[in-house]
Amino acid sequence: MDINSNRLIEAAVTEFGQLPGIGRKTALRFVLYLLKQKPEDVEQFGSTFIRLRNEIKYCINCNNISEKHLCEICSNTKRDRTVVCVVEDIRDVFAIENTNQFNGVYHVLGGIINPMEGIGPKDINVENLVVRVGQDEIKEIIMALSATMEGDTTVFYIFKRLKDFDIKFTTIARGVSVGDDLEYADEVTLGRSILHRIPYENTLVK
Amino acid sequence: MNIKNLHLLNFKNYAAIDLYFDEGINCFVGNNGEGKTNLLDAIYYLSMCKSYFNFIDSQNVKHGEHFFLIKGTIHDHDKEDEIYCGFKINQGKVFKKNGKEYQRLSDHIGSFPCVMISPTDINLVWQGSDDRRKLIDSIISQFDGEYLDNLIQYNKALAQRNAQLKRFAANRYFDAVELELWDDIIVPLGNKIYESRLAFLAEFVPVFNNYYKFLSDAKETVGIEYETNLKPNEYRQILNEAIEKDRALQYTSVGIHKDDLSFTINEYQLKKQGSQGQQKSFLIAIKLAQFEYIKNKKGIKPILLLDDVFDKLDQSRVSRLMTLVSEDTFGQIFVTDTHQERIENIFNEIKVKVRIFPVKNGAV
Ligand SMILES: [Zn+2]
Repeated sequence: MDINSNRLIEAAVTEFGQLPGIGRKTALRFVLYLLKQKPEDVEQFGSTFIRLRNEIKYCINCNNISEKHLCEICSNTKRDRTVVCVVEDIRDVFAIENTNQFNGVYHVLGGIINPMEGIGPKDINVENLVVRVGQDEIKEIIMALSATMEGDTTVFYIFKRLKDFDIKFTTIARGVSVGDDLEYADEVTLGRSILHRIPYENTLVK
Repeated sequence: MNIKNLHLLNFKNYAAIDLYFDEGINCFVGNNGEGKTNLLDAIYYLSMCKSYFNFIDSQNVKHGEHFFLIKGTIHDHDKEDEIYCGFKINQGKVFKKNGKEYQRLSDHIGSFPCVMISPTDINLVWQGSDDRRKLIDSIISQFDGEYLDNLIQYNKALAQRNAQLKRFAANRYFDAVELELWDDIIVPLGNKIYESRLAFLAEFVPVFNNYYKFLSDAKETVGIEYETNLKPNEYRQILNEAIEKDRALQYTSVGIHKDDLSFTINEYQLKKQGSQGQQKSFLIAIKLAQFEYIKNKKGIKPILLLDDVFDKLDQSRVSRLMTLVSEDTFGQIFVTDTHQERIENIFNEIKVKVRIFPVKNGAV
């Protein structure tokens, strides 16, 4: 094999190897598989990801994925814009949408505060939420973050940031997804926990 | 409370073994390296959900195997419970009581208390403050489940606070609000832990002093003191005062994770001034006080595990110790020794019945 081919294979293995959960061995298998396919199929494969990255944008309002400025949920006039459910990432949006129990809109933080993983309050999308609460006709914020110390800390931080606004601040009923990500809570319990949300002040231990 | 039988599979040097014990004194005798101590450790495991000697569970699996199992029948008044502990490499451990799995190990710890006295206890004198904090924590945890929960939460929040301090340094900024998020968790938990330790030592130290007097001829005075940079209700203030220092160090320099105990003999450090025999008596007195403390708090006599205590103790201290533990205040006891004759003589002299288990190469 000449040096150039070697280099191309090595570069492709490195790219696959950067995906979560993929080691070098698996990456090499993928590369060898792609080499055996027709050139037009591989072109299609590659362009799918290029389009994915270029064409999917984040909703300027809620940070959900979207093809336009505003996502489908934010631009749907039947949704109740006075109730905002705050979640960690878009997987939680999918999970809650699947319950069919929530007719409000979302705010996607894109993470929770976790210094050990390099995420501080400024690395998640809180500023935008404060702006939204100040501008829109929001009456209630529902916090739907995982019941971990990091999730709780993030809820507390947002609560402090929003405490001067005249809004209802609630959390989904706990004990439903203790220790689990929302993603894993089954649809029935998740739906019920959104219906039976509780005022956040009641959960604070003095 | 006593353990009636013990069943082991692939635990340390035991392939498979089934043992039935007396309610009183049980002795494992045999040469070093035959596996006497491993039997004590298996009983300790059932009590504390971990080895006394090696916290890495996978290293307690018999060489070449991929799991171990410890099962014991615990008898208390007219009740019998079967405690099961299974560990599989790469899968972790499972604890069950009468077939029902525990959700949290902290729910089990303390329900079947035991106290181990071992030559490795000398680490309490020689090693860093970690070992001494673990001693306090393991005693309090045996009767106060909330204490253990608080400690686990505290350590998680502390790790985040330290990570935040590192982030400040790496990204060259500082924001008090970001640190306070973790202080808000650390302060109430730290206060509770501090108060528990304070209250515990106030009760514990006098009991310890009594036992030391009993074991020695009481010529020397001994002491245990709580060394802490904390004061009641000033946790937040103390954290705040240390902020500049913590930012420079990139970790939290004050708090209950820095607490220590100082051991003294005639007001000097035990480490420097105590003889080997005095150090050993000091440590045994701590463990006997631990026994009495747990007994009073829980109303259960813990199981006493005595590993190789006869070495380096003179004859008079040994017979005093054995007379003491044979009394009614103590319950079931397990002893290891290398000399069957020595053990038999000691207990003959004080007219106490013992059951001898000869141990040889992973078999009894
Ligand atoms: Zn949107």
